[in-house]
Amino acid sequence: MIKIVKRDQPSKAIFFFTPVLAIFLTLIAGGIIFYILGFKPFEALKFFFIVPIADKYGFSELLLKATPLCLIAIGLSFCFKSNNWNIGAEGQLTFGAIVSGGVALLFYDQEGFYILPIVILAGAIGGMIYASIPAILKTYFNTNEILVSLMLVYVSKLILDYLVVGPWSNPEGFNFPETRQFSDSARLPLLFEGLRIHAGIFLALAAVVISWFVFYKTYLGFQMKVSGFSLKTAKYAGYKGKKMIILVFLISGACAGLAGVGEITGPIGQLHREVSPDYGFTAIIVAFLGRLHPVGIIFASLVVAITYLGAETAQIFLQIPKYTGQVFQGMILFFLLASDYLLFFKFKFIDSKK
Amino acid sequence: MIIDVNFVGLIIASIMASAVPLILASCGELITERSGVLNLGVEGMMIIGAISGFALMTVTGSLIIAVFGAMLAGVLISTIFAFLTQTLITNHVATGLALTIFGIGISAMIGKNFVGIPGKEFPVLFEGLKDTIPLLSPILFGHSIVFYFAFALPFITSYFLKKTKIGLIVRAVGDSPESASNQGINVRFVRYASILYGGAMCGLAGAYLSMIYTPQWIENMTGGRGWIALALVVFSTWNPIKILIGAMIFGGLTIIQFHMQAIGVRIPVQFLTALPYIVTIIVLVVISRDSRKIRLSTPSSLGKSFHKDN
Repeated sequence: MIKIVKRDQPSKAIFFFTPVLAIFLTLIAGGIIFYILGFKPFEALKFFFIVPIADKYGFSELLLKATPLCLIAIGLSFCFKSNNWNIGAEGQLTFGAIVSGGVALLFYDQEGFYILPIVILAGAIGGMIYASIPAILKTYFNTNEILVSLMLVYVSKLILDYLVVGPWSNPEGFNFPETRQFSDSARLPLLFEGLRIHAGIFLALAAVVISWFVFYKTYLGFQMKVSGFSLKTAKYAGYKGKKMIILVFLISGACAGLAGVGEITGPIGQLHREVSPDYGFTAIIVAFLGRLHPVGIIFASLVVAITYLGAETAQIFLQIPKYTGQVFQGMILFFLLASDYLLFFKFKFIDSKK
Repeated sequence: MIIDVNFVGLIIASIMASAVPLILASCGELITERSGVLNLGVEGMMIIGAISGFALMTVTGSLIIAVFGAMLAGVLISTIFAFLTQTLITNHVATGLALTIFGIGISAMIGKNFVGIPGKEFPVLFEGLKDTIPLLSPILFGHSIVFYFAFALPFITSYFLKKTKIGLIVRAVGDSPESASNQGINVRFVRYASILYGGAMCGLAGAYLSMIYTPQWIENMTGGRGWIALALVVFSTWNPIKILIGAMIFGGLTIIQFHMQAIGVRIPVQFLTALPYIVTIIVLVVISRDSRKIRLSTPSSLGKSFHKDN
């Protein structure tokens, strides 16, 4: 007989093992879905997860997609660790792209080394401004940050749409919904000739290092951990809750804004209607899959980035609908949450004959 | 200026029609939340309902099968949420988000073959009475059965919660799962049932969009209505009658866009489209400012997992 017993303490080994288990289960469930849709499961999975990254170009694309995911997820981990549910990173990314894009457009016919830093800074500030809205409303008006940050996603996309169709649209652009091309000085440099991977990856890596330092080596990191564990304890210890809420939102807004900068000054080079294929939402999954740990998030962003590439490849070669990527992302999170059960409970085999 | 009263009636009727999916989804979610469960997957359950209803209608040709099939689809998808949050004790917020992401993906996957197919005409009731009373006729008559059901639902929900024994049990579970459990109530069972009921109503709300309101399948067609429905529950301070008021306000904001454009008001269309979302934020701020009032009306155990040892 098998009995389910509560663990005395959550198992640390299982804490880092369950994400791997979740990915494995997702692959199995994905194979089943492919089978139901009438594809050969192994062939479909191969096109989804192996073919896209089999060559140099594919690997560069993987890093290109993983960069914004990693950057945003690092930011979100500040919020999630301290029990703040910022789910509007997509909006903060978009607003960061708007602000930095606006600045880049000011310099569209100029060159100079100073342009790129200003553009990058503008993006971070844009993301911070946008993230400060749910933060301030939460701290001073007791408003639910989940709903506010999400509503702002829709608003930011409409602002972007208005700008690229209207006042910011390219005067020589035949009314296409896009702005002028940014000048070369406003573009993040490419790392290799012929590949799209750009210097934005260093922003992501810097975020990883800084966040690791803050989480594990500073008093702030400790405060965040305590608040995430128990708000009552945090209050009892006298932590300034309001300040911290605003701070973590600003950090995660800056990261999302930087991801927006990376997209428009990296592969895109201008503003248009869709600056992000929902990186802001997908990064929520990345943050959880990476266990809110900086190193975990690096691995998680690579895994989840494959679902983007795989969806494209599978659509081209096998006519599998591209939304399969999203289905995989949802499933990863489902399985991850489900396998967390093993953290707190264990199965005990009991000899029933006794 | 002469105002045609029937035109006013038609506008009010169109506002009501756009309020229907919000009322259905909010009333469903309200029961779920009253039992102490926060299901953020409303958007995902609605979109699943929308594609299931439309697909079943196209494939079987039967409207009844389609409507009930959409509700069943809502129930099935919410079962995943119920199993995770109640049996495996997962975090409500994260699980709800996963449900929404999963729902949008899988609906687009199923819906690929249904894009561009015209919808069927959905029968309306009391069509003969349409020209009898000025102003009121367009409001009262000539709507689908789902429309009438939606406007009865807040009252039914209110009666259910206040006057019936099962309603009392749902509230008890939401306000104090420990004491309810001590009274011999199976908390997990009540919460399962409340989640599945919420799923059914969200499925119906989605089916209304794809089968009656639009009526066709468009990818991502719920367009944030699920999130607005969630906000409406907060707005109503968990009182079903107030959902009716909130849904009418948001229905009005949706309809106003079309009319403002029609009479040539020079406001960018994007601003009008953003209005419901901005108003949602403002309304949430106004409602939540009084933290004491919110604390009094929020189900005490909302979003908290309950696990009974042994």
